[in-house]
Amino acid sequence: MTFRLDQLPKKKYVLPGNAACAGCGMMIGLRVLGMALGEEVVLIVPASCSSVVQGLAPKSSIAMPVLNVPFASAAAVATGISEAFKALGVRGHAVVWAGDGSTVDIGFAAVSGAAERNSDVIYVMYDNEAYMNTGIQRSGSTPKYAWTSTTPVGKREQKKDVALMLAVQGAPYVATANIAYPQDFYRKLKRAAEIPGFKFIHLYAPCPPGWRFDPAKTVEVARLAVETGVWILWEYDRGAFRLNPPSTIYRDRAKRRPLADYIKIQGRFAHLSDEEVRFIEEEVEAKWQRIAKFLE
Amino acid sequence: MKTLATRKIALTGNYAVAHAVKMAKPHVIAAYPITPQTSIVEKLSEFVERGELKSSFVNVESEFSAMSVVYGAAMAGARAFTATSSHGLLYMYEVVWWTALSRAPVVMAVVTRTIGPPWNIHVEHNDILTLRDTGWLVAMAGDVQEAFDLTLQAFKIAEFAVLPMAVGLDGFILSHSTEPIELTPQEVVDEFLPPRRFDVPVAFRPGVPVTFGNLPSDNRIHARHKAALYNAHQDAKELIRRVDEEYGKLTGRSYGGLVEWYKCEDAKYVVVCTGAWCSDGKAAVDRLRARGMPVGLARLRFLRPFPAEWLRRLDLYDVVIVYDRDITPAGGVLGLEVKSVLSRAKVINIIAGIAGVDFDVSGFYETVQNAIGGKYGEVEFVI
Repeated sequence: MTFRLDQLPKKKYVLPGNAACAGCGMMIGLRVLGMALGEEVVLIVPASCSSVVQGLAPKSSIAMPVLNVPFASAAAVATGISEAFKALGVRGHAVVWAGDGSTVDIGFAAVSGAAERNSDVIYVMYDNEAYMNTGIQRSGSTPKYAWTSTTPVGKREQKKDVALMLAVQGAPYVATANIAYPQDFYRKLKRAAEIPGFKFIHLYAPCPPGWRFDPAKTVEVARLAVETGVWILWEYDRGAFRLNPPSTIYRDRAKRRPLADYIKIQGRFAHLSDEEVRFIEEEVEAKWQRIAKFLE
Repeated sequence: MKTLATRKIALTGNYAVAHAVKMAKPHVIAAYPITPQTSIVEKLSEFVERGELKSSFVNVESEFSAMSVVYGAAMAGARAFTATSSHGLLYMYEVVWWTALSRAPVVMAVVTRTIGPPWNIHVEHNDILTLRDTGWLVAMAGDVQEAFDLTLQAFKIAEFAVLPMAVGLDGFILSHSTEPIELTPQEVVDEFLPPRRFDVPVAFRPGVPVTFGNLPSDNRIHARHKAALYNAHQDAKELIRRVDEEYGKLTGRSYGGLVEWYKCEDAKYVVVCTGAWCSDGKAAVDRLRARGMPVGLARLRFLRPFPAEWLRRLDLYDVVIVYDRDITPAGGVLGLEVKSVLSRAKVINIIAGIAGVDFDVSGFYETVQNAIGGKYGEVEFVI
């Protein structure tokens, strides 16, 4: 699918004056969602940064319908809305806009359940890799060694790869995306909207205060994640697994930028030794090897 | 008014609820198994598979998700139903509160059962009583016919009060006991129950930017929202009476107000209880009256809205004996609530039948006499 940026809707779905932090990666994603599907969706938002950035009632900074719901409930609430819309003849998509904590931790049973029964829902997990709204506590999606306020010497465990889990489970459409590549995310949202059943998009969304970097560098950090191979853009479209550009070229380890470029720019990794950086580099490669098995 | 033939049919309490739900034609049903509720959703799945009921039947992975599904469906304007018991109700508790404060008119059957440990599937009322602070309307059926009628009424009450409603029925005692009941003809139900308004509590549709539930700019917005929930409960009392009256005109079966009074006119002593064992209580009242003891019985049909105006009448009697099939560290819930509105009458709170321990007509017959005879303290366990 090709499209021209200058032909995207001019209507603003994320309004100025919202309550997001400077340089918020998630808000870039939300704007792309508005451009792609703004008139066709209702948003289901569990407790997260997204509950706060809407601003204060009776005002709201999001020009799409939003239902705020309990932390662990979003996938199931979206199922109910989607079933109700079908029964009542309403056209449109129930879209979950949820953070990583609600998705991979507290709400994972509901996510997995919705995928298993193939509920007609588009689930976007924006991943800022910790509980940012409560003040940077580690989640199942926090990468190894990252500092958070509950892992003061760095996280000891691996990041949970929820997208891969759902692809293995057989959800009809699963993709990863990254806010530095809005065209790719846009296309994936449009594709998800065409497919009946459960769709999951794992959106990489840097968080300047949580990751400890300059808010001007959100897109740069996000792009470095792809260029160093830490973040792999792929999609699993009804049985077909493929890499998406530009990640396609980074399958070749030699083409990747040094991991240190990505690590050094973020305060959350400031305490890492060179040996630990090398260790992460090997883990990144191991992740590519895992993905490669699906590509075969 | 045309008369329609009523069908009489033998059904268990759970199947009676399932038949009522089928006639209410919900758009969405969420199902998760737990004893003794399970046969309600099993029967509904059968209706759907046979094409007798055109509902979306959603099998979920937990009660938490069951309540989340029906919540979402109700917020999108659908009529939605689920059922649970005991630990299932506790597991969905966060969404139970969220549903009430969202004013989502969900209907749920609660087949009452003990809370463990130990594991025990028998009857108790502690589970449904955890709804008392949530904002849900809560009714307790006295028999299988009432379980059927209350379930049908619940959809109308919930949708007009813009509040979720729970219909309670005693685990096994009602849920699995077969009684002959009258099924309301579908045409009558269709006349009684108008289509669900999709824009209540909010029109949630693509292209219409409405935000529900974001942070308040002023905490008084939230406070007023909570006060409105209290007020909605006060208003629901008249609504419940009107709905029951209308139902009575259409079906010949009506139940009166939030409390049923049994032989209380000339009584000096009144038994207060809720649920299926009230029938045992009534039989005991008859036996005691045969021995010349002026005893009556007040059956709480609704626990929420809190029937304060009805319960205050209990101050007219000398001794009020409140039977709780539940226990909290402060006493029985009904005992505490009855005491809260009385100033004159002596209140004795008997905790009986908890954990599914049998308590029958003779149980009432003996303990009422003991209570009147001054043998009991303020809170008395009969185990």
